Amino acid sequence: MTVYLLRRILQSLMVLLAMSVIVFVGVYAIGDPVEILISPDADQMERERAIAALGLDLPLWQQYLVFLQNALRGDLGRSFVFNEPALQLILNRMPATLELAFGAMFLSVLIGLPLGLYAGLKPDSVGSRVIMAGSILGFSLPTFWVGLMLIMVFAVQLGWLPSSGRGETVQILGLHWSFLTANGWMHLAMPAFNLALFKISLVIRLTRSGVREAMLMDYVKFARAKGLSPTRVTFVHVFKNILIPVVTVVGLELGSTIAFSVVTETVFAWPGMGKLIIDSINVLDRPVIVAYLMVIVLMFITINLIVDILYSVLDPRVRLESKA
Amino acid sequence: MSTTLEVRNLRTHFFTRAGVVKAVDGVSFTVGRGQVLGLVGESGSGKTVTGFSIIGLVDPPGRVVEGEILFHGRNLATASEEELRHLRGNRIAMIFQDPMMTLNPVLRVDTQMIETVLAHEKVSREEARQRSRDALGMVGIPSPDERLKSYPHQFSGGMRQRVAIAIALLHRPELIIADEPTTALDVTIQGQILAEVQKLAATTGTSLIWITHDLSVVAGLADEIAVMYAGRVVEGGEVGAVLDAPFHPYTVGLIGSVPSRNRRGEPLRQIPGMTPSLLKLPAGCAFRSRCPRADEACLAMPDLLELRPGRRARCFHPHLEGAGA
Repeated sequence: MTVYLLRRILQSLMVLLAMSVIVFVGVYAIGDPVEILISPDADQMERERAIAALGLDLPLWQQYLVFLQNALRGDLGRSFVFNEPALQLILNRMPATLELAFGAMFLSVLIGLPLGLYAGLKPDSVGSRVIMAGSILGFSLPTFWVGLMLIMVFAVQLGWLPSSGRGETVQILGLHWSFLTANGWMHLAMPAFNLALFKISLVIRLTRSGVREAMLMDYVKFARAKGLSPTRVTFVHVFKNILIPVVTVVGLELGSTIAFSVVTETVFAWPGMGKLIIDSINVLDRPVIVAYLMVIVLMFITINLIVDILYSVLDPRVRLESKA
Repeated sequence: MSTTLEVRNLRTHFFTRAGVVKAVDGVSFTVGRGQVLGLVGESGSGKTVTGFSIIGLVDPPGRVVEGEILFHGRNLATASEEELRHLRGNRIAMIFQDPMMTLNPVLRVDTQMIETVLAHEKVSREEARQRSRDALGMVGIPSPDERLKSYPHQFSGGMRQRVAIAIALLHRPELIIADEPTTALDVTIQGQILAEVQKLAATTGTSLIWITHDLSVVAGLADEIAVMYAGRVVEGGEVGAVLDAPFHPYTVGLIGSVPSRNRRGEPLRQIPGMTPSLLKLPAGCAFRSRCPRADEACLAMPDLLELRPGRRARCFHPHLEGAGA
């Protein structure tokens, strides 16, 4: 297990390194931030001073080495726009996005698992047909449109929920959290549901097909032949087997939810990382873009590791070992 | 001798989109206390469905459409699901064909055994665990205490089947339905398991229905035999008598196709043709198209008649020559 973890960490570092090169070169290729950042009225002297201050006068490979040197000391550069450490900027926005993402994942499991279970156990009933039709909608309706509709119905017409922002926040460990206040919950509800819609459909379909597959297995029939109650067969014998694919997908989706909640954050003016990255791309704020992507990569690596470890908990046949 | 199970005219049909599949179509047999019935036939002859029908585990689109399943005189065909659940695993147990598939891969053996005990009896977990351990010991699993904590994948195929048998024995059932339990195992393990089961049946007075396509297994184990073809019993009787002098041409063919040392060098015999599709069975005797003795009479369905005392066959032209008229 320890060897396995060490190997995984080493692999992760390699991925991080490769990622940083790709992003660095990629952003450099998109355009020159100088054109956007420095006012057109500035004279030649001011221009050169500014370029030197941002470190943009060096050739690309030297810029990268400087970046790498600083990164090893935990400094991912300063934002060109905000003149703040890029990492600090991202971490400040992170709680908002994490709240949104975890809220959405929580909803998708809370709603998706029971519905999928029902649809899998009674595949021919009217209820499960309605669920499956609904899941197609969840897959195919565009997020921004659903978001706008939610705002129109619940915020504009019914006036039940606020349409934008995070509401009241509570400060813990220097970060702002809104899930600790009732007002924050009100603000979180709609964006989280909007973000969850796709994932609810995903979990429903995954659970349903898992259940239908498991119900045909001999071990389920054997469990019934032992005279177990249908409840025990479903919630112990079937459920534990379908959790394996569900955990995988939910784990991977969590990463992409955090990374790509951009649309929902924009529609609901949710001040998270997604909004930050869109703004930064618009002004070619390279340190922020690079730092953001590094944080995201790190997060994916961590989530994958956790999913792998969860696997070995759920499925005894999986043992985390380093094979030669 | 008292009767444990009497099946009368059982019909289990599957209502598929392509039509009605008559998997079991009028099967009758009895199993006495402590007796072993060998239910023999090719794949698709309806022997497994017969087994599932008895314990009420036929899944839709299939269902028992007719007949009586009298277990100690009580008709299981009309029993409620809850009544059946209390019988299953308790008074009637079942062992499946593939031991690799019957145990849940993500649950420990103790979980799967203890839940079986607790499903039918209100005892403490500790007592349930002890009963499980004793059952494992009884089927010849070494150091049962440690093995209880293992997962199924840590056992070999033969050991897994022993675990499944141990689970079946937990409540000392009056009837065990064994659906080809040794088919997936190699011959030495097969022998051990057969001996084990025979011993257990003899000591506990448990009746057995042993479903198989392997005549040599039946020869060594069963008291009675019922040969099934296309959802019907075509021949039945005391095992030695049937195997020595089969009446039905299908049984004759089945026995003839077992490779033997006495016919070294000759080509292996086989029954010509294939089992007919259960979707569109021809009228009359289902074996007609493959039978060397078939004629016009076979266009009608023969009845299962007692041709000799204790010997039943469903045929117009039985092989009575060797049996003495």
